[in-house]
Amino acid sequence: MPSISRDEVAHLAKLARLAVTEDELDLFAGQLDVILQSVATVGDIATADIPPTSHAVPLTNVFREDVVRPSLGQQQALSGAPEAEDGRFRVPRILGEEA
Amino acid sequence: MTNDLIHATAAELAAKIHSGEVSSVEVTQAHLDRIAATDERVNAFLHVDTEGALAQARKVDEDVKAGKQVGPLAGVPLALKDVMTTEGVPTTVGSKILEGWLPPYDATVTRKLKEAGVVILGKTNMDEFAMGSSTENSAYGPTHNPWDLDRIPGGSGGGSSAALAAHQAPLAIGTDTGGSIRQPGAVTGTVGVKPTYGGVSRYGLVAFSSSLDQAGPCARTVLDAALLHEIIAGYDHMDSTSINAPVPPVVAAAREGLSGDLSGLRIGVVTQFSGEGYQQGVLRSFEAAVSQLKELGAEIADVSCPSFDYALPAYYLIAPSECSSNLARFDAMRYGLRVGDDGTRSTEEVMSLTREAGFGPEVKRRIMIGTYALSSGYYDAYYGSAQKVRTLITQDFAKAFENFDVLISPTTPTTAFKIGERANDPMAMYKADLCTIPANLAGTPAMSVPSGLSDEDGLPVGLQIMAPALQDHRMYRVAAAYEAARGAFGGPSL
Repeated sequence: MPSISRDEVAHLAKLARLAVTEDELDLFAGQLDVILQSVATVGDIATADIPPTSHAVPLTNVFREDVVRPSLGQQQALSGAPEAEDGRFRVPRILGEEA
Repeated sequence: MTNDLIHATAAELAAKIHSGEVSSVEVTQAHLDRIAATDERVNAFLHVDTEGALAQARKVDEDVKAGKQVGPLAGVPLALKDVMTTEGVPTTVGSKILEGWLPPYDATVTRKLKEAGVVILGKTNMDEFAMGSSTENSAYGPTHNPWDLDRIPGGSGGGSSAALAAHQAPLAIGTDTGGSIRQPGAVTGTVGVKPTYGGVSRYGLVAFSSSLDQAGPCARTVLDAALLHEIIAGYDHMDSTSINAPVPPVVAAAREGLSGDLSGLRIGVVTQFSGEGYQQGVLRSFEAAVSQLKELGAEIADVSCPSFDYALPAYYLIAPSECSSNLARFDAMRYGLRVGDDGTRSTEEVMSLTREAGFGPEVKRRIMIGTYALSSGYYDAYYGSAQKVRTLITQDFAKAFENFDVLISPTTPTTAFKIGERANDPMAMYKADLCTIPANLAGTPAMSVPSGLSDEDGLPVGLQIMAPALQDHRMYRVAAAYEAARGAFGGPSL
């Protein structure tokens, strides 16, 4: 199995939206390598003929009646927001640097 | 008097409260006093809701006085794991990312407890996002095992189990994704039950690994756990994976078990869970339990479930994969922490800085393992293979249950280890869940009941009992019979 490089950990962190530090890159590279090598043993018995199980209780779509029920009001939904404005969530800019 | 109240079982307390012999306010205050006297050392609670608890206790007392019919555990105090949302009461999940968050709604479990008149004392400490086996991953400091304050109380629900062992509460709620109810139960000498997956609603349970997460009861006796089980279980339309089936008759089964007769019951000993890595005192305690079960009339034989050897690696791919997806909701936009929003940074930068600051190392590790396991090119080798192992484990359980009514094993390979001992070795930490994980992957019910103390270190050991899906009552019957035969085994001095 491939060992995990520092650069790969940096890439994973970027994908996972984690602004990890340089020290963490060193720490995690070593640890992820050990963990991934250990868990890779699942490949030893997972042959092509075995169907995968994603869930212990096999379920397809679960439907319910389309009826109006009470739900959170605007004020409650915004109660935990880091910032709100005019009854909406206020977020930092979402467009790129050039915009 | 106070001493009697904190040492009584939940069933005894309920009887006293409902007959008017003692008030729920007195019982609640006794436990609040106990928390105040001991929690500086134990750190089982992240938040104590004194006002809310006493208000609920007063309401139950009024109902009892008015002669109203109250629920079987009305007025009895409970410690709630901080993974369950509580309207207007802090819910942190042991993480800095939710510090100070006041949920705008109750989890279904919380609502059911309130409706049943159960008194919620507060929220208990846990490994951050329920990821861990020692409660050391809490952002708010570790919980200490009441049997030895230098040792871990298990995890992730170490706070709930420690609260029981410390007599801060007679009842608690835990959640079990890979053993987070049963392993803390084992190492604190308390009872912990993971019901059949889908038996208890996940609505309002802050998600870690949705196909595995399952809430369940924790208590000091099997009957108390059963009484609590029936209150929190049942179909819930708010959880699409909730099972629409009658709640297994666990209270009746626990009472039946107390008669002490297990004649004709077939028990399988899982051979995979012994040998290297297992503490001798744990194995001796397990052997003694097997002998006692035989004396109760059970027929016991070995059973091999070869795929269980691969349960741990499969779990440490499936759970991180699901967590990497679930925890994407912590985006610094709608609730929780926001860091670095100085007007110059983009949403994405603020998100990354917030998650970096708000998540602890174990959560970050698992998010990245999951991100890796799900990435194209690695998906088949990792996540795909883990899902196949999950199929094999389910098949091994099904085969074993053709010949046996329940399966047993030690709950954990060792007794409670020292705080800090495995903190820098993730794989060593993960092995604490070796015996508990298969039941999560198969969705089958499993519980831990104390099997006394290890003869080498005097620390509690757990006996794990596993049953087929929706047959939760089978394990309660066995556990209650065993508990009665085992007798008392002392308690921590605190």
